[in-house]
Amino acid sequence: MSFERIREKLSILADAAKYDVSCASSGGKRNNPKKGLGNNTGMGICHSYTEDGRCVSLLKILLTNHCIYDCAYCITRKSNDIQRAAFKIQEVVDLTINFYRRNYIEGLFLSSGIFKNADFTMERLVEVAKKLRLEENFNGYIHLKSIPGASDELMREAGLYADRLSVNIEIPTKSGLKLLAPDKKHEDFIKPMQKVKEEIIQHRAEQKIIKSTPRYAPAGQSTQMIIGATGESDRDIMYSATFYYKKFNMRRVYYSGYIPVLEDSRLPAIDTEVPILRENRLYQTDWLLRFYGFSVEEILNDSHTHLDLDIDPKLSWALRNLHFFPIDINRADKRMLARVPGIGMQSVYKILEARKFRKLNWTHLKAIGIANNRAHYFITCDSKDFYSQELAPDEIKARILKNSNSKYKKYFNHQLRLF
Amino acid sequence: MHSQTIILYDGSFDGFLCAVFLIYEQKVTHPIINKKNKSTPTQLFATTEEIHTEKQKAKRVWDGFKLKTTKTQQRMFFKAFLSEIKGVENTLFNYLRIVFMKEKTDTSIDYSNKDILKISQVAKMVQREKHRIEAFVRFRLTTDNIYTSIIEPDFNVLPLITSHFKDRYADQKWMIYDLKRSYGIYYDLKKIEIITIEGTVKSNIDIKSLSSNEKEFEALWRTYFSNVNIISRKNNKLHLRHLPKRYWKYLIEKN
Repeated sequence: MSFERIREKLSILADAAKYDVSCASSGGKRNNPKKGLGNNTGMGICHSYTEDGRCVSLLKILLTNHCIYDCAYCITRKSNDIQRAAFKIQEVVDLTINFYRRNYIEGLFLSSGIFKNADFTMERLVEVAKKLRLEENFNGYIHLKSIPGASDELMREAGLYADRLSVNIEIPTKSGLKLLAPDKKHEDFIKPMQKVKEEIIQHRAEQKIIKSTPRYAPAGQSTQMIIGATGESDRDIMYSATFYYKKFNMRRVYYSGYIPVLEDSRLPAIDTEVPILRENRLYQTDWLLRFYGFSVEEILNDSHTHLDLDIDPKLSWALRNLHFFPIDINRADKRMLARVPGIGMQSVYKILEARKFRKLNWTHLKAIGIANNRAHYFITCDSKDFYSQELAPDEIKARILKNSNSKYKKYFNHQLRLF
Repeated sequence: MHSQTIILYDGSFDGFLCAVFLIYEQKVTHPIINKKNKSTPTQLFATTEEIHTEKQKAKRVWDGFKLKTTKTQQRMFFKAFLSEIKGVENTLFNYLRIVFMKEKTDTSIDYSNKDILKISQVAKMVQREKHRIEAFVRFRLTTDNIYTSIIEPDFNVLPLITSHFKDRYADQKWMIYDLKRSYGIYYDLKKIEIITIEGTVKSNIDIKSLSSNEKEFEALWRTYFSNVNIISRKNNKLHLRHLPKRYWKYLIEKN
């Protein structure tokens, strides 16, 4: 192969794929029984990190950036005057194998612009995965993009070779989609998601009866939403996310702060800053929903449609619900421990283990590693020295902010000056 | 003042367990376990005893430990040992003592005990290094068809990463060499061997011994790496936290 030409294509098609934030390689447990190439323990590995601090785990590329669609937010949209390129199927296979053998990557994340039609594109993505699995005996991670509108038959085949399938919903609301991607239909996104979900359920059920049933997309499916391209509220976003988690058993929903790449009257101006802090708060909320036992209505509702930017969503919830606090560290159940600001799930488990032996005091809690700056307003422990003063929520917030040194501090100052 | 007994062992895990065996056997009251060095200064108020490593004795101690601990705790203990942090042997010994004093069936862990907490923290550091090395190993294909990598990990993680690489790269010959500790592991398509290389090993593999396309693939990887970066999201602090500078030396994409 001509390395020079490949390099040129790689630079174009990696560049175009980078706005997809997912780079997870976890959850797709795959052994290497035939002594072939690669395995996946189910734990992801980040082999490198870009200068923006994001994990590089997979070879994340587009098969091509030719596209028949003209979505306003997308850099590869039809009307955009950029260099176009396309990989041959074998080229992607060779690149993946050679990178993998050198321990650069965990596997492949293959997406594509849509050329000709959905099925024509999907067929080629599936072909790459099939070659890797059957011809190269490759057991690394494969993430394929489901092309909106692809047929059920192709989606079924895709899941037999891929670990994860994803459709990016991109715009959290239907009205936003109509505005920015007028040729795309909401149903086209839903259809492959629905199919993948059904196949996963069916394969799991069959596996219980017949052990040799082939596995179907063991790492499940995920989706991504762009944040801040249309005027949606945090509530809109998180309610949408909850819908996808529940309705389609999503493993992950990713939130991607909109990066202005194109001049378009429907979009934020080109010099708008990427809403990194907002993105971070959304991820924190996502975590609270998935691991901390919160329901979305507790965090976002009619009277609270946006997340606070200056404090994290758990602290914000706790300040609105001070009547639950303080709780006794030595007696509270797991559910309440997880709701204390400054205590993460790791610490919750350690507290539960350690308090079997003795009553815990501040020294123990500090050693376990809780963030006392936030936590101590909300808990009591085996010490007379706890926070008995009745403080108003605003006051607690002010004190916490005064003593904390957030990496986002520059954003608050910036925002405060605006108002 | 109690007289202390310094017990010197050969630096191996079995050796350490034999030191423990000796402490219990001879009821040593104030033991300090140290690794044997070429020149250990003699201490004024301490007696020094050097032990020989015997597999049998080590196994007895380890079997006893296994009875009262879970698999996770055993791994944690071993990882903490591999940290090679000065004095870790004595914290490990305290941990062992706590375990041996427990009831047979009791495997719970008391994180409020300082030695136990310390061991779990050190084990976590070693675990992190293991994970990093699994991620940051960069193989370079040599003319004799061996995927070769050189590492300089903070802790002695080769014993921990062997099975990961063996499972993953089952159909290619590979070698990972720890330059700091002067030994490596080599897989010949059948089994893993521990190897040492005579003479000085350079951190940079000679271009002449790299396979013909190797430089091309490395260039492709660099191209990929620079093109996935999003400039408007630049965050150097985060970049450095995830990818500390001490690992850069062997990362193709950072050179």
